[in-house]
Amino acid sequence: MIFETVIGVEVHAQLRTNSKMFCGCGTTFGLSANSQTCPVCLGLPGSLPVINRMAVEMAVRAGLALNCTIAANNRFARKHYFYPDLPKGYQISQYESPICEHGWIEVRDSGGETKRIRIRRAHLEEDAGKNIHETGTNGSRVDLNRAGTPLLEIVTEPDMHTADEVVAYLKGLREILMYLDVCDGNMEEGSFRCEPNLSLRPSGQKEFGTKVELKNINSFKYVKDAVEYEIRRQTKVLNEGGTIRQETRLWNIERGETAVMRSKEEAHDYRYFPDPDLVPLKLDQAWIDGFRSRLPELPAVRTKRFVSDYGLPEYDATILTASKGMAEYFETCAEQFPQPKIVSNWVMGELMRELNNSGTNISASPVTPERLVSLLQMVDKGVISLKVAREIFPELYSSGKVPEQIVQEKGLTQVSDEGALEQIITEALNKNPAQVAQFKEGKQQVLGFLVGQVMKASGGKANPGKVNELLRKKLG
Amino acid sequence: MSLHKLTLCELQKQFQTGEVTATEIVRAYFLRIGHVEPKVKAFVTQAQESAFMEADVLDRKLKGWRKTQPLTGMPLAIKDNICTDGITTTCSSRMLQNFVPPYDATVIAKLRAQECIVLGKTNLDEFAMGSSTENSAFGPSRNPWNLRCVPGGSSGGSAAAVAAEECVAALGSDTGGSIRQPAAFCGVVGLKPTYGRVSRYGLVAFASSLDQIGPITKDVSDAAFLLQAIAGHDPMDSTSVDRPVPDYMKALKKRDLKTVKVGVPAEFFTEGLDQDVEQSVRAAIEELKHLGAEIKEIRLPRTDAAVAVYYVIATAEASSNLARFDGVKFGFRAKETKDLLDLYMKTRQEGFGPEVKRRIMLGTYVLSAGYYDAYYGKAQAVRTLVCQDFDAAFKEVDLIVTPATPTPAFKLGEKSEDPLQMYLSDIFTISVNLAGLPAIALPCGFSKEGLPIGLQLIGRAFEEETILRAAHAYEQSTQWHRQKPAIR
Repeated sequence: MIFETVIGVEVHAQLRTNSKMFCGCGTTFGLSANSQTCPVCLGLPGSLPVINRMAVEMAVRAGLALNCTIAANNRFARKHYFYPDLPKGYQISQYESPICEHGWIEVRDSGGETKRIRIRRAHLEEDAGKNIHETGTNGSRVDLNRAGTPLLEIVTEPDMHTADEVVAYLKGLREILMYLDVCDGNMEEGSFRCEPNLSLRPSGQKEFGTKVELKNINSFKYVKDAVEYEIRRQTKVLNEGGTIRQETRLWNIERGETAVMRSKEEAHDYRYFPDPDLVPLKLDQAWIDGFRSRLPELPAVRTKRFVSDYGLPEYDATILTASKGMAEYFETCAEQFPQPKIVSNWVMGELMRELNNSGTNISASPVTPERLVSLLQMVDKGVISLKVAREIFPELYSSGKVPEQIVQEKGLTQVSDEGALEQIITEALNKNPAQVAQFKEGKQQVLGFLVGQVMKASGGKANPGKVNELLRKKLG
Repeated sequence: MSLHKLTLCELQKQFQTGEVTATEIVRAYFLRIGHVEPKVKAFVTQAQESAFMEADVLDRKLKGWRKTQPLTGMPLAIKDNICTDGITTTCSSRMLQNFVPPYDATVIAKLRAQECIVLGKTNLDEFAMGSSTENSAFGPSRNPWNLRCVPGGSSGGSAAAVAAEECVAALGSDTGGSIRQPAAFCGVVGLKPTYGRVSRYGLVAFASSLDQIGPITKDVSDAAFLLQAIAGHDPMDSTSVDRPVPDYMKALKKRDLKTVKVGVPAEFFTEGLDQDVEQSVRAAIEELKHLGAEIKEIRLPRTDAAVAVYYVIATAEASSNLARFDGVKFGFRAKETKDLLDLYMKTRQEGFGPEVKRRIMLGTYVLSAGYYDAYYGKAQAVRTLVCQDFDAAFKEVDLIVTPATPTPAFKLGEKSEDPLQMYLSDIFTISVNLAGLPAIALPCGFSKEGLPIGLQLIGRAFEEETILRAAHAYEQSTQWHRQKPAIR
């Protein structure tokens, strides 16, 4: 039978606030266990939560960028379950009235078509801590440094059908959140966690099949692998006449397969109810609109602008706008060196190669836009050849020197001075009388050979255009 | 005159003028505690060592430069569900028997900033759930007026300590009457402030939307004086309200009740009301009239629903608030457990007493999927109706007067086997918490058996001044608050 896959995604994005969702503790990753805690995030008896204003602002900005409506009246709710990393025995979250609802983003599907993925809701909540199980020790430990970190949980409608669409959605969402500076997008550290849920139904059927949720996925590759595995698994089960059970499955990286974590029967009754410690949070419409007017240009819009304003191919524009830092780098260069396609080639080629090799973020690139621009200007003015520029780029990247210094130190300046060139040319002509004769007989191809001889004699520094011009004059 | 016989305002004057030292005060109080505490059992923890140390530091400091705060050197007792940095805070539960908070509740920080001295932590019904202190894991406190009777609860330890003069004043907490009911039973003054008037930060939560800390004192002036010290907005408590704190002592200056309209709700004078209580309260209403108040009969028709609504909302919130006691991070942990689930179950089975478990189960039930709307949702809706009753009444009157409790203090063991009877002892105080209003209980007579009877005055939200003024005027024209128990 032919099945259609239906996929929805839940993302937990950690908001880049300085302090936790309901207390003043910091949110730095990787500090020594329980060093970033206080009575509130430890859930000590008597402690009370206070809403982090910055987290609310970030949620509003994210919601606006995701084309959501922002709720004027917000209520926080308690979600109950017992687990050692959950200090209060409940998580403060939002239930009935999420801060953002009814949004969408547009992504490119596998066929290159633009597709709209609807966002059902996004709500604020606090993260749990971490249980640590060390081998060779008796029992487990709990680290509550992460407990209380603000999260935005973003839930889509079941609008995706392939693993590629899921990855495209996740990449698009992550870019937006990073553009807004509300999430650092770090998947390995868990700042951007995704949980796809998927079901299969016979092609043409309206009702959804039974849904399975996938967890423990911390890279785009694993998203693709896990979703594809799960589609295969469910297809096989259904084709063999079996039924899909409603359950949560964990992605096992080593084995490349999913395995049951808990079934529907084991699912908690979370007993949501409005948190009486937090008064309803009312957001003023003018306050929300203020954020709307100050939203930065988002990736999709910027890509279009790069095509129309800079005349870049769509491919270039998409890559250059994939991160805010990259896009801004490009624009700074293109402003000072108004040949966008040349800038694009350098940024996407030499620069990205070095950045990737050293695992450096563009914002920390040792080749600043100013340095790249001077390099390009030197080529443009004929001070150095394009070849030389390419050759010295790795040194420019690693040495921290300005391009002029490298060119000067290595004596790589191109010789364009007619007097100096004429001398080399004369010598070259004297050494190759046969070819000179051939040229004069009308064999134009010989000119290339002669240019090569001059270049060789100059140690590669002669300006090839100039040499060509002078040779023709001389042989005239 | 022995120091322990003074009121807070009197002792404060003696101290401020240098007639007594802080050390003398602390010594006098621990002497008194030594005499009566074996009978009254008001305290869970006596902080003798730290109290003497703090007194000594104060005395040395004051020798050099006599600059004092209003509460400097005043010996207070604190209900043991209010967190005190460095002093065990047990909530009278096995679960927190050895829990020493690493922080002070906001009210404690305020009192410490005023240099008051904490004598100890007083007994309560476990996690403030109860009306007699019989639910304490460490045994009940006794009513100083009759040691066979309960002091009321849940702030029974604080009320008994004030009545037995083991402290000059105390803090309690009130979720459904837990300050006012024991104050009435012990013949002292208990004030539950408006919800949001006093910070709850550091009060171990029972029912967050109802809990409020307040003073238990020997007279009305002392209540005003202590409220002044603890009231005010706290950025650590989102439910505390940011509005100026009036001068409560100034409110007491007006000695008559002319222009004050007092409502008497018929619903509070029905069958089940003890005859002695009714007589005393009726006499008190006459006295208010005599003082110039205009008395009006009013209706609070949803009063009969209040107890039911309360036991849905309070238990729902309690089941959530008490989820954190799981044996993982602090407090009691059961020994020899097989796995995580076993650890949770045994810890909570062994750590909580029967009443706490009963309420956790009730609360869990009313919040569970499929029952939420029928119980919790409905209770919230009726709570709104209860509030509307008060709103309507306060359009006609400035104050509402009722008995604080349907009966005087009952005997130990008399109701402990019948939770419903026990719940009904809060019938006159509960609706005030549901509406978040301020109310005071103060002595207005004695039963034939010689047990104190309490009068309750309820005011509009944030109008503590009005109830304090009326309570003070009444107190000035009567002698009830001057009578002291023999404690035998």
